[in-house]
Amino acid sequence: MKNPERLSFISGIGRSASGRRLGRTAMDLTLDAALEAIADAGLTRDDIDGVATYPGGDAIMSRGFGGPSASAVQDALRLDLNYLYGSGEGSAQLGSIIEASSAIAAGLAKHVLVFRTVTESTMQGMAGRNPGGGMTRAGGFLSQFGAVSATNWFAQVAQLHMHKYGTTKEQLGQISLTCRTNAGLNPRAVYRDPLTMDDYLNARMISTPLCLLDCDVPVDGSTAMVVSHVDYAKDAPKPSGFINAVGTAQYGRPSWDQYADMTSMMAQGVAKQMWSRTDLKPADVDVAELYDGFSIITLAWIEALGFCAQGEGGAFIEGGQRIARTGELPINTHGGQLSEGRLHGYGHVYEAVAQLRGEAGERQIPNAEVIVAANGGGPIAGAMLLTKDYSS
Amino acid sequence: MAIDLDILTVRIAPQDDPETNFFWASGEDGKLRFKHCQDCGYYSHPPTPRCPKCLSANMQPDPVSGKATVLTYTVNIQQWVPGQAPYIIAIVTMEEQDDLRLTTLLAGVELDDPNIIGMKVEVRFLARDDVWYPTFVPEGSPA
Repeated sequence: MKNPERLSFISGIGRSASGRRLGRTAMDLTLDAALEAIADAGLTRDDIDGVATYPGGDAIMSRGFGGPSASAVQDALRLDLNYLYGSGEGSAQLGSIIEASSAIAAGLAKHVLVFRTVTESTMQGMAGRNPGGGMTRAGGFLSQFGAVSATNWFAQVAQLHMHKYGTTKEQLGQISLTCRTNAGLNPRAVYRDPLTMDDYLNARMISTPLCLLDCDVPVDGSTAMVVSHVDYAKDAPKPSGFINAVGTAQYGRPSWDQYADMTSMMAQGVAKQMWSRTDLKPADVDVAELYDGFSIITLAWIEALGFCAQGEGGAFIEGGQRIARTGELPINTHGGQLSEGRLHGYGHVYEAVAQLRGEAGERQIPNAEVIVAANGGGPIAGAMLLTKDYSS
Repeated sequence: MAIDLDILTVRIAPQDDPETNFFWASGEDGKLRFKHCQDCGYYSHPPTPRCPKCLSANMQPDPVSGKATVLTYTVNIQQWVPGQAPYIIAIVTMEEQDDLRLTTLLAGVELDDPNIIGMKVEVRFLARDDVWYPTFVPEGSPA
């Protein structure tokens, strides 16, 4: 039996304006993206019978992280739905896309609108970027020890990776430099000016060994897609973006500091499961759109997905040639969250579909037929292998 | 000279939680405690009502030696709170069990010490508002 995820494809993509401090509401941006995605799929809102989002209503809504709930968007568009989903748990941000795919495979829906909206730039501009700001008490066992930012948590992974495998700051910097070079070809990227290794090495330190340029840039923006049943492909205006395999596994302790091998991440299990669901191999991948909330996460995905062995990621990206647009494994062709902006996972999937369709303009990678999109870092992970053409 | 444990300008306090209150009060007698399975001997952190290894409900907080090894660390530079000086966050592994870990603060360690990973450390407590925050210092540091 074929993988149920092969019953669906990404029929439409859309996005709102994105950038720093747009001063618009999350719903305003979301509807722009949603309507563009629906039109791009060759559909009208009457065709949409499912809505899914990450992280969904009432989930971590602080400082512009949350975006509108799935039901709020349902109501704003006056949709009658056969399926609705919103959760911050699951296979990272693209878990919501995998849910849509699963609902289609289960026969619950035919066209599911999925979206992810952030207004972190505007909200942090108003309230300050101050993790724990105003917070006097917290659960868990991190912030009480000054580990208040995700930068701190990922910095410790990077530190151990460097200690154990000899990974260097210069090697890690290739992630940031590559993203910036790619962003130069993306008119919608926030940061497009070229970056040198000197710029990187002299950037303000946030939490050793991670500097400002290892951290993504908060933006406002919404990204939306329509996930449709493959039966629609013959009528769809842009039949590409077929889902070949997904990875949803969660092996080991889901924790920022208790994961067994602190040089790697939950990405390990996700990648293993994804590859077990396809005949395609890492060598078949033409482009990799790998989550880059922090540069070290991208390195962890490169290793987890088997583009090189665990611990060899530093050597793999050394010099940057291999992961450049012209290299054997172009990554984050839109500039990633490090330079395009933190559209929080959905930006990577949007770019993957644009590349598979040949719609990526100046930054198009020739003959991109197999693309992996991976989301999440630390204890959060999900991945998806997308193909240009349908394969059963 | 005693090591200054009061590293953070602003301390985020733990939430009142019947599962974890023992941990934050433990240092009152100078001892660090973790939930400990009375059947199979496994220590569990964060605390859980059942042993995650053998699933026994026979768990109780027991003191440990307080000795640990630094698994990894970071020097936080960014002033999340205005005026905050750089400080070292670390994940330490307690000597009792290979996977008994705690995120904590290191005190009495130079920020640019090249040998922090693998450093032998031991617990000291900073008391604030009836919370005893476990902090770690190099083994053998003056009391």
